[in-house]
Amino acid sequence: MKEETLNIKPMETRGFRQFNLKKKLRISEALIQGLLFFAGILSIFVTVAIVYELGKEALLFFNDPDVTLGKFFGTTKWQPGIGQYGIWALVSATLTTSSIAILIALPLGLASAVYLSEYATQKMRSILKPILEILAGIPTVVYGYFALLFVTPILKTIFKDGIQVYNMLSAGLVMGIMILPLIASMSEDALSAVPRSLREGAYAMGATKLETSLQVVLPAALSGIGAAVIVGISRAVGETMIVAVAAGAGPNFSFNPLDAAETMTGHIARISGGDLSYNTIDYTSLFAIALMLFLVTLVLNLISQWVVNKFREQYE
Amino acid sequence: MNEQNRNYPEGSAFYSELRKRYLTATIWQTLFLSALVIAVVSLTALIYNVLDGAFGYVAFEYKNDPAEFTPTPIHELTKEELLVILKEGLSSGAYNKLDNEQKMEKRSQSELYILFLERLLQIDTKATWSMTDSLTRGDEIRAEVAEKYPDAELEFRSWLTPQFLTTPMSSKAEFAGVRTAVLGSLWLVGIAILFALPVGVGAAVYLQEYAPKNWLTNIIQTNINNLAGVPSIVYGMLGLAVFVRLLETLTSGAAFGVTDSNGRTVLSAGLTMGILVLPLMIINAQEAIKAVPDSLRQAAFGVGATRWQTVWYHVLPNALPGIMTGSILAISRTLGETAPLIVVGASTFISLDPDSPFSKFTALPIQIYQWTTRPQAEFHAIAASAIIVLLVLLLSLNATAILLRNRFQRRW
Amino acid sequence: MENINYAIETNDLSIHYGSFTAVKGVNMKVERQKITAIIGPSGCGKSTLLRAFNRMNDFVPGCHVTGKLLLDNQNLYGKDVDPVEVRRKIGMVFQKPNPFPKSIYENIAWGARINGFKGKMDELVEQSLRSAALWDEVKDKLQQSAYALSGGQQQRLCIARTIAIQPEIILMDEPASALDPISTLRIEELMQELKKNYTIIIVTHNMQQAARASDYTAMMMIDDQRAGGVIEFDDTKTIFTRPGDKRTEDYVTGRFG
Ligand SMILES: Nc1ncnc2c1ncn2[C@@H]1O[C@H](COP(=O)(O)OP(=O)(O)O)[C@@H](O)[C@H]1O
Ligand SMILES: [Mg+2]
Repeated sequence: MKEETLNIKPMETRGFRQFNLKKKLRISEALIQGLLFFAGILSIFVTVAIVYELGKEALLFFNDPDVTLGKFFGTTKWQPGIGQYGIWALVSATLTTSSIAILIALPLGLASAVYLSEYATQKMRSILKPILEILAGIPTVVYGYFALLFVTPILKTIFKDGIQVYNMLSAGLVMGIMILPLIASMSEDALSAVPRSLREGAYAMGATKLETSLQVVLPAALSGIGAAVIVGISRAVGETMIVAVAAGAGPNFSFNPLDAAETMTGHIARISGGDLSYNTIDYTSLFAIALMLFLVTLVLNLISQWVVNKFREQYE
Repeated sequence: MNEQNRNYPEGSAFYSELRKRYLTATIWQTLFLSALVIAVVSLTALIYNVLDGAFGYVAFEYKNDPAEFTPTPIHELTKEELLVILKEGLSSGAYNKLDNEQKMEKRSQSELYILFLERLLQIDTKATWSMTDSLTRGDEIRAEVAEKYPDAELEFRSWLTPQFLTTPMSSKAEFAGVRTAVLGSLWLVGIAILFALPVGVGAAVYLQEYAPKNWLTNIIQTNINNLAGVPSIVYGMLGLAVFVRLLETLTSGAAFGVTDSNGRTVLSAGLTMGILVLPLMIINAQEAIKAVPDSLRQAAFGVGATRWQTVWYHVLPNALPGIMTGSILAISRTLGETAPLIVVGASTFISLDPDSPFSKFTALPIQIYQWTTRPQAEFHAIAASAIIVLLVLLLSLNATAILLRNRFQRRW
Repeated sequence: MENINYAIETNDLSIHYGSFTAVKGVNMKVERQKITAIIGPSGCGKSTLLRAFNRMNDFVPGCHVTGKLLLDNQNLYGKDVDPVEVRRKIGMVFQKPNPFPKSIYENIAWGARINGFKGKMDELVEQSLRSAALWDEVKDKLQQSAYALSGGQQQRLCIARTIAIQPEIILMDEPASALDPISTLRIEELMQELKKNYTIIIVTHNMQQAARASDYTAMMMIDDQRAGGVIEFDDTKTIFTRPGDKRTEDYVTGRFG
């Protein structure tokens, strides 16, 4: 009979069915959800591990009877092996190189963003944006090569003997080029988020494109641009390879861009690249520096995220 | 009409003002554009700088006179002649050692030629010139070489050769290659992705599809965004403390019977990189999942699918191109990052291919760093060649990402 | 001159978005110091037509105009015409209030400044705010952000900033559609005030508003190619009491669609 090959019986013969709508325990579903939750929460463990490990070793460093906070923040020579703990020797170089980088990246990045968002035709954007993306994707060690073997020789012909082979200026300039695309793309996002109605309002009052861009759109996007700058600073402070290659290999308390000096990151890279034994003051001191780096960049990133969220609310 | 307040320039006065405004506008527009021009010029300069270093004249001498080995001009030597020369010239111990590594007869002419240069003639580089110098100041260079190194030969050389890719490290720049480094980088990418892809996608699925809107989810999300901004060297320190030191018995392979290693293995470095790219991975996967329209989920739920079935059969397949793009970004990052590798202890000199997770390793950017910071110009030349290798790798990866994006782009 | 009483004249004006013709063959003469309303179902091209009057469509890629649009006998789309000057002479108030993210004072002073205003700025700000019937409400908080104002106040601020640059014509695109009835009423009263000095063209889909507030009304409708056109243009009274076109009658009496 045909009837037998069909699984579904005709309606009338199905009879009355009892529905069971109670929650069922689906073991595999629960297991998967558990695993996914673990993947989600893992990032918290990473942060905790960073804070714990960095903090633990940094604590060992500061617990050394020879190390005092006064010495750490109050002196300007860094040589833990011989009892010099003045972090300023490294911070000065970090500040100098980062400042140069921002001084380059902010105006150039912002100008690029304004051009891309307000002026460029679709066609120009399709050429210029990939170029910025390539610039952003170049590994920093390559920028290091560029700084040492291209920019430094040029600076040498300008400053002659006034500049050292390793110098903060070259590293800072190239770092600025490296950060430019970041600031440009974040600022462009901020500019594009400014509603069109605002631009139309300005045009309808007889404003030129420049007046509209600089006096209406730019101020309206200011907080987003601020966030970009903060992220840029954070990137500059944390950048390692350019300064490790081009800025100098040895702590030097100096704010003169023409001098050689070692940043916090550069110092970590150089010391940890050598023969480093655990449980020495050299080892723990690196963690103290890394903890400082982590905290500074954390605060910067938090501020920038907060600003971006605030900014987003403004136009929603 | 409103006669009471004619304080605006009218007619020709307005026009002369307007002309001034347009002039300012043109000046500023030029300034804006020049920022982009500077970016383009910088990129061009960087690429030029790398190419400039990788090709050019080299002045070199042979410690031993070629005439001692063969009457034929050395460029014209055949494979067979080279075999004979090597057999005669090398001590039998050295010859057998090479033969054991790879049968001499099986080696190509160019490989044998390099052995001949390296072992018998013993090339000694006296000076190198950049491509620009070589092309524009050829005569001067020839004169200079003739004067300073009367015995030296001058040759226009590409430092980037097929051998450069296939030979391991060497203490002489002329014979060094990136084989070990490329393999090390591939191991790193493999380990990092093996960790970051499942965990990253899992975390993204959790956050987009499962997580309730509460403080914990908020913290996780903020934390991920923050981790994405942590300097890479800090990840290096984390890797040093956790993988290299704390988990040494696991990462060195001691727990699995490997004896000759410490925690500074490709496994430790790969995991460090995995953690470093994890936030990037999660954020990209989240974006990809977000882009899958809700109607699809509702359709799946509508036919009685569980949440996981919906995710597995509908959401993830549709988010796949985005997830792959994210993976490619993560791979690019792993290939290019240097600082964390220095911290977790990439080897500075190693010529053995990595063959297990517990191998010592080096990586492409580490080699670039090492060679760039050497004072000798010939090392800068191979640094430039290694950069070309790295950039070509990265460019082809990105091209793949763009192709993927275009191929799978869906319009909802 | 014959057309001295007309602020704007169109001559077979058509407006296209790329290959799509949104507005076709419009011929109308807008009288000075009167309020002209443009009505019609949504999507019939009212905004497109209005935005053509001060060349706002220049910013829409692919949008172009054929036919003529004359202001004082000059074609607004002539080759040697400067769009910035056009907009300085023909101001616009938009559907959604769009004050600049600046202080109330700056919102008004900005347009004046870029246009080379030479008088006393404080006086101009006060006078403009008074003309827009906003002065009393904001005189104590001129330095506060314009975003702190209510929607109706923001819209009147936008009118004030437009008045401040003393244009000849003010275009309004559904200026009250985002506002509550009381704010709407204030805007309508304001328009009656303003027409003493300005020519006003207003787009509205509110029939009562058009009937109450305007002197002339243009009725727009789309044809079978979805191109909008003015099917009837007359004084408002005629349009609302003895319309010449059946479609107009259906529309103004609410029997449409
Ligand atoms: N920027 C644009 N690009 C392409 N078409 C548009 C654009 N703006 C409006 N249109 C089209 O033009 C027609 C008229 O639109 P609009 O002038 O906004 O109508 P109304 O204001 O009467 O509602 C519509 O079909 C609309 O889709
Ligand atoms: Mg409209």
